[in-house]
Amino acid sequence: MTTLDTEPATPAATVDVGAVASFTITLRIRRFNPEVDPEPHWEDYQVQAYGSERVLDALHKVKWEQDGTLTFRRSCAHGVCGSDAMRINGRNRLACKTLIKDASPDRPITIEAVKGLPLLKDLVVDMEPFFDSYRDVMPFLIPSGHEPTRENLQSREERARFDETTKCILCAACTTSCPVFWTDGQYLGPAAIVAAHRFIFDSRDHGARERLEVLNDREGVWRCRTTFNCTEACPRGIHVTAMIAEVKKALLTRTM
Amino acid sequence: MPKASVGTLYRGHEGMWSWVAHRITGVLVFFFLFAHVLDTALVRVSPNDYNTVIATYKNPIVGLLEAGLVGAVLYHALNGLRVMAVDFWGKGPRFQKTMLWSVVVLWVVLMVPFLIVQLGHIAQGA
Ligand code: SF4
Ligand code: FES
Repeated sequence: MTTLDTEPATPAATVDVGAVASFTITLRIRRFNPEVDPEPHWEDYQVQAYGSERVLDALHKVKWEQDGTLTFRRSCAHGVCGSDAMRINGRNRLACKTLIKDASPDRPITIEAVKGLPLLKDLVVDMEPFFDSYRDVMPFLIPSGHEPTRENLQSREERARFDETTKCILCAACTTSCPVFWTDGQYLGPAAIVAAHRFIFDSRDHGARERLEVLNDREGVWRCRTTFNCTEACPRGIHVTAMIAEVKKALLTRTM
Repeated sequence: MPKASVGTLYRGHEGMWSWVAHRITGVLVFFFLFAHVLDTALVRVSPNDYNTVIATYKNPIVGLLEAGLVGAVLYHALNGLRVMAVDFWGKGPRFQKTMLWSVVVLWVVLMVPFLIVQLGHIAQGA
């Protein structure tokens, strides 16, 4: 008797446990179409979302189901390629790594392009000035002497010295969170300094002198005012301000 | 011509606001120094006029401005030490928030006795 009573109830209970609540959220997106809008403006969109989804999923729903003209960059959708840095609720984040439940789902989620780079359309900015600074620090291994005839070996400790800065995905979240960069677009910016750090402290590299020269420039590391916005924004958990401080110290202690 | 996106205020953390406060206090101290150099230079032009100008400073409004100036100098100095520690002390970046709250606590501890004395002076019209 008992068995008969409980058996039909069991599947229903299972469904309940497995169900994830979905709810309606509002995305407040700063739209800009250079062909028609003199100024960017805010637009609200309602989408049905699960707390376990990411802001990127919500943006997809807007683009695929409501307004195909919404423009943003994304590629991997898994925090690897660095395409989708944007300002979510006033802070630089990757849309693909920000969960809806962490982004105040009960209030409108504000989404806008990153600050300090030229706005092209909606959430897309011109990344060229950012990559120009990246190129300035010569982000490639500079060997010395003759072409090597055997492997260029490195100890674990030597490799660990610059491990943190190898993790950068060039998303620009750090550089575009920096108040110094907003007002002075010439400043190399945290991401370029992180890239320089990766080679300066690599035992196989011999270009430290040239790189430090670039970083010692007026628009180099000394522009850094340690606001820690970059460290807080980095989706890869790089302690950007600490890395910049290491480069500053290297500049002071280098033997000229 | 594409323009940079301005949009909402960036919601930075303690580090950003400590920097904003550092800027503001720095500008305040600069303007004080500017006025101070001018009035002190006056003593070489005419000691009598200098005395007249300095006498006008003895009023409650200037007394409150002085209190503000001390507050600004104190914050700028203490936070300046913190910024140096962030850059040149290996553990600085890790302890930046702790150091900021220490700066704030120290600032309050030093400002309270000073304000009591200063407000006393103002009340006496000195
Ligand atoms: S350091 Fe971090 S925030 Fe800056 S570009 Fe690299 S991954 Fe992005
Ligand atoms: S889409 Fe590749 S990092 Fe977000």
